[in-house]
Amino acid sequence: MKQFQYVRPTEAGLAINALLKDSGAKFVAGGTNLLDLMKRGIEAPERLVDINRLPLKEITKNDQGFNIGALTLNSSLAEHKDIRKDLPLLSQALLAGASAQLRNMATVGGNLLQRTRCPYFYDTSMPCNKRLPGSGCGALKGFNRMHAIFGASEHCIAVNPSDMNVALSALDAIVQLSGPKGKRNIPIQDFHRLPGDRPELDSVIGKNELITGISIPTSALKHVHYLKIRDRSSYAFALVSVAAALDLEGTTIRWASLAMGGVAHKPWRLTEVETFLAGQQISAGLFQEAGTLAMRGAKAYEHNEFKLKLAPLSIGHALSIASGLVKA
Amino acid sequence: MAKEKTSKASRRNFLKQSTLITVAAMAPPVALKAAEEQWDERLASAIENVPLNIEVNGSVHQAKIDPRVTLLDFLREHLQLTGTKKGCDYGQCGACTVHVDGQRINSCLSLAVMNDGRKVTTIEGLADGAELHPMQAAFIKHDGLQCGYCTPGQIMSAVACIREGHADSDEEIREFMSGNICRCGAYPNIVAAIREVKGGSKV
Repeated sequence: MKQFQYVRPTEAGLAINALLKDSGAKFVAGGTNLLDLMKRGIEAPERLVDINRLPLKEITKNDQGFNIGALTLNSSLAEHKDIRKDLPLLSQALLAGASAQLRNMATVGGNLLQRTRCPYFYDTSMPCNKRLPGSGCGALKGFNRMHAIFGASEHCIAVNPSDMNVALSALDAIVQLSGPKGKRNIPIQDFHRLPGDRPELDSVIGKNELITGISIPTSALKHVHYLKIRDRSSYAFALVSVAAALDLEGTTIRWASLAMGGVAHKPWRLTEVETFLAGQQISAGLFQEAGTLAMRGAKAYEHNEFKLKLAPLSIGHALSIASGLVKA
Repeated sequence: MAKEKTSKASRRNFLKQSTLITVAAMAPPVALKAAEEQWDERLASAIENVPLNIEVNGSVHQAKIDPRVTLLDFLREHLQLTGTKKGCDYGQCGACTVHVDGQRINSCLSLAVMNDGRKVTTIEGLADGAELHPMQAAFIKHDGLQCGYCTPGQIMSAVACIREGHADSDEEIREFMSGNICRCGAYPNIVAAIREVKGGSKV
């Protein structure tokens, strides 16, 4: 690991200043992703600004919904009594991610900024436009089994590895940022980016901005399920995941919200499918159609063609469980 | 990128040059010795060291350490508490699991300085004198190990798993113990040990 200077501010303003003063500075919270990357020489900050002592750990609930501090641990959020009751989709997604130990370290803000697990991003002897812009994409014609089927570009076919982000997408969360120019709120769907020709940018966060929290509006979508398909039954990144949320009146779908993980550079929201489902009666046939519709525009690479079959089946299954048609 | 490299180089060079100016004022033999022993490097790192106050297994430790030292390396290399194991060093295997303020974490993915003021419990701090912790006894009784390398991490994780309330069924135990990999494949016996301690039966 390269040498760095370590500072530990106790106020958000001081933390942002500490970043402003040094173009090579980075925030560290849980460290589960950044320290991993620093050990491998993928990240080499000159200054590490430890933000763990900032007062950003509160979960509050009001009429509008939830406000969750950026430093809330993944485990605390998943186990929170009101989150389990009101937003079980978020709790399920969090518990599907990483391990108990990592969830006790990883924060909400850090999870939002989690880097891809593309092996070419991790291997410094390989080309990767995300790690080293202009060096090429090793995955495009390489081992691309885990990679994107939606929204990729010739420069990058990596996927966002987070489970939490997929649930937040289906729940229309808002990301709260604070920076030298003030505060701003960004809907989660606009927070992460598609790779385009700038795959080094995962999100729209500014260079000196700090995530202070997220807000999640009160949801009428009470019938939910987070389905994660992976190579082993626990502690692995998703091949495909689905966050399904339904507002039902009897067996009629009033409204649906759907997002996928493991298929794109950002949580992949399926708005077209949501509109299709609205007003329809729940049935296995309907959910199969929904899965097929979701695949419009999908494009596979040499090793991930299986996702073109796995993804629609996963959508159908997640909707069946969420609606109560089948048991989890 | 280029700009960042320059600024990184300049900070370190500044620290080193300040030392060289001091050395230049010394008599030649002293200056030579300074160069030989890399005083410039040592001074630069001394300035970058960070104070750490940490309680480990009930004993308070004060140190001034390189911020790059992980909690795992601090426990093993500085405190000689080698019960906590280094497996992958990337948070994938769980061999380094310790409790910080009662919560299980991967000590390889946390810098020691980030744990300033915290209370750490390692496998060495689990037994009560000569009396094993019930989880340690259960691992022995159920043969919850073969080579034993993952065992300290498994046991620390297992104790936390019960404390968190995630040991109500074999399925739940397996899910919440998935961050601890055992390459010998002692999983069924590990689950049996946890189930027994959770059940409160005599071990």
